[in-house]
Formats: sequence, structure tokens, C-alpha cells
Amino acid sequence: MQKIVTGKVFVLGDNVDTDQIIPAQYLTFNPSIPDEYKQFGKYALSSVPPAQKGLPKGRIPFHTKDEFVSDYTIIVGGRNFGCGSSREHAPVALAAAGIQAVVAEFYARIFFRNCVNGGYLTPFESVDRLCEKVCTGDELRIDVVQGVMHNLTTKEEWRLKPLGEVAPILEAGGLFPFAQKAGIV
Amino acid sequence: MSAMTLTEKILARHADRDHVVPGDNIWINVDVLMTHDVCGPGTIAIFKSHFGGDKAKVFDRNKVVIIPDHYIFTADAMANRNVQVLRKFAAEQELPYYYDVGTPRYKGVCHIALPEEGHTRPGEVLLGTDSHTCTAGAFGEFATGIGNTDAGFVMGAGKLWVKVPPTMRFVFHGELPPYLMAKDLILAAIGDIGCDGATYKAMEFDGDGVYALNIEERMTLCNMVIEAGGKNGVIAPDQVTFDYVNARNAGQKPYTAAYSDKDANFCFEKVYDVGKLEPVVAKPHSPDNRATVREVKGTKLDRAYIGSCTGGKMTDFRAAASILKGKSVKIDTFVVPATSEIAQALKTERLNGQTLEEVFLSAGAKIGEPSCAACLGGPSDTFGRLNTPISCISTTNRNFPGRMGHKEAQVFLASPLTVAASAVGGVISDPRDAL
Repeated sequence: MQKIVTGKVFVLGDNVDTDQIIPAQYLTFNPSIPDEYKQFGKYALSSVPPAQKGLPKGRIPFHTKDEFVSDYTIIVGGRNFGCGSSREHAPVALAAAGIQAVVAEFYARIFFRNCVNGGYLTPFESVDRLCEKVCTGDELRIDVVQGVMHNLTTKEEWRLKPLGEVAPILEAGGLFPFAQKAGIV
Repeated sequence: MSAMTLTEKILARHADRDHVVPGDNIWINVDVLMTHDVCGPGTIAIFKSHFGGDKAKVFDRNKVVIIPDHYIFTADAMANRNVQVLRKFAAEQELPYYYDVGTPRYKGVCHIALPEEGHTRPGEVLLGTDSHTCTAGAFGEFATGIGNTDAGFVMGAGKLWVKVPPTMRFVFHGELPPYLMAKDLILAAIGDIGCDGATYKAMEFDGDGVYALNIEERMTLCNMVIEAGGKNGVIAPDQVTFDYVNARNAGQKPYTAAYSDKDANFCFEKVYDVGKLEPVVAKPHSPDNRATVREVKGTKLDRAYIGSCTGGKMTDFRAAASILKGKSVKIDTFVVPATSEIAQALKTERLNGQTLEEVFLSAGAKIGEPSCAACLGGPSDTFGRLNTPISCISTTNRNFPGRMGHKEAQVFLASPLTVAASAVGGVISDPRDAL
């Protein structure tokens, strides 16, 4: 897990479910095959309704220069991020598109687990409702050790909740390296 | 020793502990791991890469169940390739419980196939690579959905870490009126607590209104707990459960039922008088966007859909047939039996002389092959998929944007009674007017 995450933010709203993150028609790709993994990046967030895409304005494309990888590094969302289907293809799609961290008020459980155990990206929980304070395109800097997110564009800063019990798994790089270290497998 | 809920007891037992409390992180032993064609190939790849490549062996071949069900009747080459991956793996691992496409063993929707084939037992732990794995809580077990990494881990290690959830209790009292179904009860509960109201929590259902339900209706209740964010849904077993399980138990495996202690601690409790509830729908685009049918009656529809793990069981089709018998549908109506066993029963079970299949066909509905079909959209040639931004009333479980295909399609979730009445009306219609 990186100690510092920096980059442009893409802002979404509440209850972004995993069908919006990666629609079911693309689940025929196998994420363990490199050529197919790329496709998840291409179709990431493709079912988010246009008005909800890139808040506060909306109708902002997630991909600009590259059709597989987005210019954005961080997603800020609202409540219940990643609800719905258990598909691990959802954090895979975000990671394949270049997303390194999501900051949401709270997560649906399976999505959160998949982020942590798969080691794809870091799911931070915010104290404040940041999806109404941050604008798509702002430059952010997340200091993982300090638990603080800086908005380099507006010079604001907010506290993030501690990663708590999942921190050791994220630090190990996911469930397998964590379990190996702990002598479980 | 303080009292425990049913969920806590099952988790404690599977962690070889006397006691657990909500919030404990524990390693639990898994009784059954289930995967399917959408998540199986990814799971298998992760399993192999960490447990010895081509030499990798599953932790127990009798505990890994593979049920292709999502993208089966499609020309999509990738989807067909994925079934091929499962087939090869099942052969190489000599898995006795693989239900292959194109053979008499083919089943259809995994959550209905699991109990039909005897893989659900009270007191057990079932993990599956599908969020609706929670359906099996209807058999008094701990059942929840997991991702590919977790499943790849379980496939090799037979265990997984879980956080013990606090339990919410939903009590339904009274006799269910003929115009209501379990779908109305769970949509009412989700509407009350919201689609994040049970996040990280167990939902236990209790009360004479629940125990009066047959096993399929209990499955509908537990099936949709994930739509409130629930980790698992559970109903303590009674004779109805034991009769069903004992008649089908694969390998006649012994099991030990668990029950919540009388003084167990529930973090929430809500009591319903089912006689006072009404037929409801979940309006677009969220399962918690509840309205009574009375409030939305007359809303124009383009399509009706009856199927899925939520609404494609015999009880669902009996209910729909009771309304469609002798009538004609006004809108395209798709009927998809969850499993091949149900598809067969539609051809044999009769309602006033006609088979249920005849009832549906003569009403003008189309009947598809058993699978998940359009519940989650899928490849564009999927039976019943919403390929254009139309309006559909459906017995399925989710109506987030794009779930059934087109991202601007409008999906209303409702009971099979309400969906059938609406198919006849061409607009959202009240089953009380049709029965």
C-alpha cells in the first residue's frame, strides 16, 4: 500500500452499485488474462447515469486521452459505495482504469472486502460528506499515515477514518500475502 | 457466557470458539463453496496461482459446488469459453457436484439449484461468489456472497476470515393475505431501513407470519437482504426446513441446527402485522424506492418479467398463473424458470386442467430456458434483456441503473402476483383487483 496517493479526482454520488461500475455484459472477460483485464479499465463506470458522472457538473467522461486508462487517480463517492452484486470485477475495473484509492462515506461490505482482500485499491472512509465538497478534476493528496486528504486545488483538508483492522491486510498487499505472513496458509 | 444469536452461534462453532461477539474478526471453516460461470474462471485462476499451479487441489472435492447459470443460452463466445473453463476444472479436480451445461445435470440459477441438489443444511457455512448466496439463510445457515480472491482462497484453504455481524431482527406476525407474497414483505422491510440499512449486519426473520411461509417464500425473504446491504439473512429451521433438507441432503451429511438464544442481543428490532401490509413495488432506480401499488397504479409499462432466484420458483409461477389463467397479456411478458427442475414442473403441474406452461403460453407470454437470463442484463442476445430504454415490471431483485440491460430503462420490482396483474393490465395493476 502506498503511503501517499496523489492525482485528479472523479466525483460520484450515493449508492453507486457494482452494475454501474462494471455492467454485467462485460463480465465475460476474465480478469486474470492480461488482454482481457485491460477491457475492464475501458468499461469502468460505463453504466453510471450521465448526470451523475463527474459531479458536481455531471456528464464528464471518465476516460479522455486513453480508452483503457482514465486520467483520474482517486474517486470520491457518497454513501454505500459499491453496493449490489458481489462481482470482484468492480474493484478490478477501477484499478485497471488507474484508480488507486476511493474515498466514500461508507461502503457496501462485499465491495470493501474485495478491494482489501484483492489488494486492488485502498477504500478510505471520510468523516465528512466529501462528494459535495470536492469537484471532479481537483488535485488531491491522500496522506495514508496521517489519515488526511488535502485538496491541492482549493487548499482545503479533511480527516479520513483510520483503516483499522484491514490496515495489516492492505499493508501486506491482500489476503494471500497477509495469510501467508500470519501462517494461515 | 452471554447469549448469542443464530448467526453468532454458527460463526463461533465454525471458528472452534465457545463464544463470539459482533465485531470479532475470526477465521471460519467453510462447509460449502459455490461458484458459477461469471466468477468461477477468475476464482480458479487465483486459486491455481497461489496453491501450486496445475498441481493445485481443492481443499475438499465434496465441498466445492460449481453451477453454471448466468450466461448459458447465448452465442457470446467469451461466455461459452467461461463454461469450458469450469468444465475442464471440474474434470481435472474430479468434482462430484458440477452441473454441466448441455447435460441432464444442468440446473440453472445457483441459489435455487443449491437447495434442490441438497447443498443447503441448517447450521452450516455456505460461501458463494454471488451476492444472492444469502438466499440459503432460509435453511438456517450462515450464507453470504464473496469475491473471486476470497473464493480462490477458500478453494485451497477451506477457511476465510470474517467479521461477526450484529443481528437485526424482523418479526412478521399474522396471516398473509392472498394478495401478498414474501416479496412484498422484504420490499417493505428494505423500504423501511433503506438499501444501506443492514450494511455489515445479519437480518434474522422470525414470527408466525414467517413460519407460515413455505420454504421457497422464505428463500425470497433471505434472498433480498443484500438489497439492504445485509451480510446474511437467516430463518431458524423448523419442521418445514428439516423435511425439505432431509429429503435432498447431498451425501446425507449430518448437520447441527442452531437457534438464537432467548436473551440474545439484537441491535435492532421491527415488528410487522402482515395483515396491515399492502402490495408494493420498488420504483426505479433502487430496491428501497418503495411505493404501494395503490400509489403507482396505472403507470405505463412495456414489459413484464417473471424469473430469477428471487421470483422464478414454483411458488412464484403458481401465483402468476393464478392471475394469468384464461387472460391475455397486454405487454411483452417473459417467463424464466430458475432451474430445469422448475421448468419440468411447469410442464406437469396443472391449474384447472391446463399445465402452468400452457397457462403462460396461452396468455401470450414467452418462456425461456432456466438461467439468470435478463435479471442482470448480460450479453445482448440474452432472453428478455432490456436492450432499449423501456419500462419493465419484474419479479427480480435489483433495479439500479442498467441492471437489466439499458442504463435508461425503468425497472419496477414487485411480487409475481403484482407483475402478472400488471402484464394483463399493461400498466401497474393491483393484484387485489385481479384475484
